[in-house]
Amino acid sequence: MGKDTLLTDRVFKSVGTRPMRPDGIDKVTGRARYGADHNMSGQLHGSILRSPHAHASIKSIDTSKAEKLKGVKAIVTAKDFKTKGITDPGLLDIIDNCMAGKKVFYDGHAVAAVAAVDAKTAKAALKLIKVEYKLLKHVTDVDEAVKPKAPVINNKCFTKGVDPTPGKASNVAKRSEFGHGNVAEGFEAADVVIERNFKTGQSHQGYIEPHACVASIGPDGAGELWVCTQGHFVFRQQCAEILGLDEAKLKVTSSEIGGGFGGKTHLWVEPVALALSQKANRPVKLVMSREDVFRASGPTSATSIDIKMGVTKDGVITAAEAELRYTSGPYAGSWATLGAMTAFACYDLKNVKTVGLEVLVNRPKTTAYRAPSAPMAAFAVESMIDELADRIGMKAIDMRIQNAAKEGTKSSYGPVYGPIGIGPTLDAAKNHPHMSAPLGPNQGRGMACGFWFNFGGQSCTDLNISSDGTATITVGTIDVGGARASLALVVAEELGIPYEQVKAVIADTGSLGYNEMTDGSRGTFASSMSAIQSCRMAIADMRQRAATLWEIDVDEVVWENGQAWAGGESNSNHPPLSIADLAKSAEKTGGPIAGHAQIVADGAGVSFATHICDIEVDPETGQTRVVRYTVIQDAGKAVHPTYVEGQFQGGAAQGIGWALNEEYIYGEDGRLQNPGFLDYRIPVCSDLPMIDTQILEIPNPNHPYGIRGVGETSIVPPLAAIGNAVSNATQVRMTHVPMSPPRILAAIHAQAASDDSSDD
Amino acid sequence: MSVLVSSTINGDNIEFACEPDETLLDALRDRVGMTGVKEGCGTGDCGACSITLDGALVCSCLVLGAEAEGRSIETVEGMSDGNTLHPLQQKFLEHAALQCGICTPGFLIAAKSLLEKNADPSEEEVRYALAGNLCRCTGYDKIVRAVLDAAKQMRKA
Ligand code: FES
Ligand code: FES
Repeated sequence: MGKDTLLTDRVFKSVGTRPMRPDGIDKVTGRARYGADHNMSGQLHGSILRSPHAHASIKSIDTSKAEKLKGVKAIVTAKDFKTKGITDPGLLDIIDNCMAGKKVFYDGHAVAAVAAVDAKTAKAALKLIKVEYKLLKHVTDVDEAVKPKAPVINNKCFTKGVDPTPGKASNVAKRSEFGHGNVAEGFEAADVVIERNFKTGQSHQGYIEPHACVASIGPDGAGELWVCTQGHFVFRQQCAEILGLDEAKLKVTSSEIGGGFGGKTHLWVEPVALALSQKANRPVKLVMSREDVFRASGPTSATSIDIKMGVTKDGVITAAEAELRYTSGPYAGSWATLGAMTAFACYDLKNVKTVGLEVLVNRPKTTAYRAPSAPMAAFAVESMIDELADRIGMKAIDMRIQNAAKEGTKSSYGPVYGPIGIGPTLDAAKNHPHMSAPLGPNQGRGMACGFWFNFGGQSCTDLNISSDGTATITVGTIDVGGARASLALVVAEELGIPYEQVKAVIADTGSLGYNEMTDGSRGTFASSMSAIQSCRMAIADMRQRAATLWEIDVDEVVWENGQAWAGGESNSNHPPLSIADLAKSAEKTGGPIAGHAQIVADGAGVSFATHICDIEVDPETGQTRVVRYTVIQDAGKAVHPTYVEGQFQGGAAQGIGWALNEEYIYGEDGRLQNPGFLDYRIPVCSDLPMIDTQILEIPNPNHPYGIRGVGETSIVPPLAAIGNAVSNATQVRMTHVPMSPPRILAAIHAQAASDDSSDD
Repeated sequence: MSVLVSSTINGDNIEFACEPDETLLDALRDRVGMTGVKEGCGTGDCGACSITLDGALVCSCLVLGAEAEGRSIETVEGMSDGNTLHPLQQKFLEHAALQCGICTPGFLIAAKSLLEKNADPSEEEVRYALAGNLCRCTGYDKIVRAVLDAAKQMRKA
């Protein structure tokens, strides 16, 4: 749909304005209800026992003492999860991750859970559960894990994607390859070729709200789940299958969500809460502690990337090649695949080849984190571009502009691009005052580009016109940061009524058809597409009703400014009918006015960004300070520009944290040493400057309003932009994220030492 | 054995019973029903549970419920005056200083506490005063602007 609208000519009335969000008052007064803010009558308190070991087989679990503790109502272990009949390997992994089967795979892996009358009793019961482990050798480092002698985490893991399939199990779950041309020939044609290894630490989404849910299943197999999630329909589907329930009988209600960034696309404790409720026949509330969130909910991948790029002295990139090794935790994932797809997506390359390896390690199961896998790959590629430009004496921005992908470019991962925004973001960066502002002592400027696909997928929306002519748009995608405001704007635009007369509501799973997650920046893109279609259906209906009332042909009824107008000269005596007028007479014209749409939203336009930052490095301590930061990104069409800016700023801040501080630190024993906000330090207010933004609007031809997803791309460039800035400030190429003070100091010292020895 | 605590919460006399080792955060949320006070960490690192206790800004997860005996507590639920939002609440909305909003109650309380002590803070003073509150969504830009703007408006009033 939508190709009928001429995007560039369209003058928007509501879309593009900045009204206050509809859920705002509840959120500034404490009334908004998040995951842990809901209670049910007679609810029990759930608590989970977790493995202190990185890798061990479970010899036995004795729950008898705990069961006898007064106040304990149910205990579940892996025995209580029936895997028979489940064939989807992904779902089996989810079950095993929620409750360890034969082995524990990481520090924090769940082994048993208790439901008791209160938190204190539940905790006491956990202490009475005896688990006997047989310790196994573990491996947490990505490069260690791929070595031939590494302990094999899953002896049924035979690398997929290689032909023939290896006969020996290893920690490489999958190999994927992308590219075109002939890289060997490309390197031949280059004047300068650089090869390097880049590493990035494992970061966590760090949402401030821990996972929380209240689960209730009755003896009739009907149940309810209140949960903070990015996708309650997906949660319903998976939970129903895991628990053996009829999907329709499980009503999942999404709470307000206190941040997700991909981390709440995945089940962590919900099936456990449901199983406890089923067993105890009482509602069970389960809230993860912050420590558990870090130890046991999905961080991103740790990576090691070998990269090689060649360039002519005129700045043409002749070949680019990379092997990207991404940890996926103990279960197979597609994280390296995404890294391999996105790595070189910003550039128009003749010869390019990427290989992704999914590496199993004894760390928690990797899950999506905002443009998953792209920031690490961009760190490697964008650092290389700077270094290559430096070597041939060209400005890095000019080399990027020269090689940037454009409409018609065959992307490094396959498809040919339509109209895209990489060129415009680079031009904007080049002309931005930030680019030419003077730098102080010990300061360096860096820039980097980033790419993300954006998803579309299944969406379903209802539009209902109330008797007073106000409208409710009911969607099934979670609002993670202002989507209700954006969707209300879109509906106001389409119907031609004021924003204030539209209410956007998020339906529970019983009230609307299936919707995919709010992930892949799809929430506003896909739901707005469906909402527009719902509106158009209602408008068609209202035009028909007006035609009936006026006794004229429907083709003569025009819809404009929220009113039906009688077109044609002979009809000019009919005063227009507003939505309110039509709603008032609805009983006589066919009943309630509504529109509905179910779609597979195709054509989520790809998204590009360019970031510029200035960093000051203290050469004595390696301490860094972000002095200035600018985000330039294509939004297609910014529905609510303030919230688009918010997405740009938030993603940049997360990227800055990852670049400079954030990292999972494992001890020799394979235990996570920093499972808390004190030691896993995310940026605080005093760490950051204002984050300037520039929104570009290169309309997405596949959306009726030109909208592209905007939520994720902003986290892609910061690692590299900061890496380049630090490298420029210190004159030492940074290759390891996070660039913590000790790491920067070590790099400076190593460089000084090698300079000294080469002076000899 | 529970202890009975009587305190003033947002101007009202409230009695609640809690365990001697129960945090004030849990008592407020689970016993009094003030779920506007959020838990992000339970260890004093995120500020989502910020309240004032006799006017002093504290993390309620680091205070025992029993310590509230005879003292005065202010939470986000008490910030607006009837139907009139506090200028900070209003400016947070106008500047879109919240995305998911889970950190918002803590930020509002911390910012209010700052402005009571310093009516005309610089950007840097705002940033340092709010450094105990974590926000993962906004990058703080719009929060800082909202606080500065609210301060300006409150100085005029
Ligand atoms: S919950 Fe109290 S500081 Fe985080
Ligand atoms: S708005 Fe989400 S944590 Fe601050």
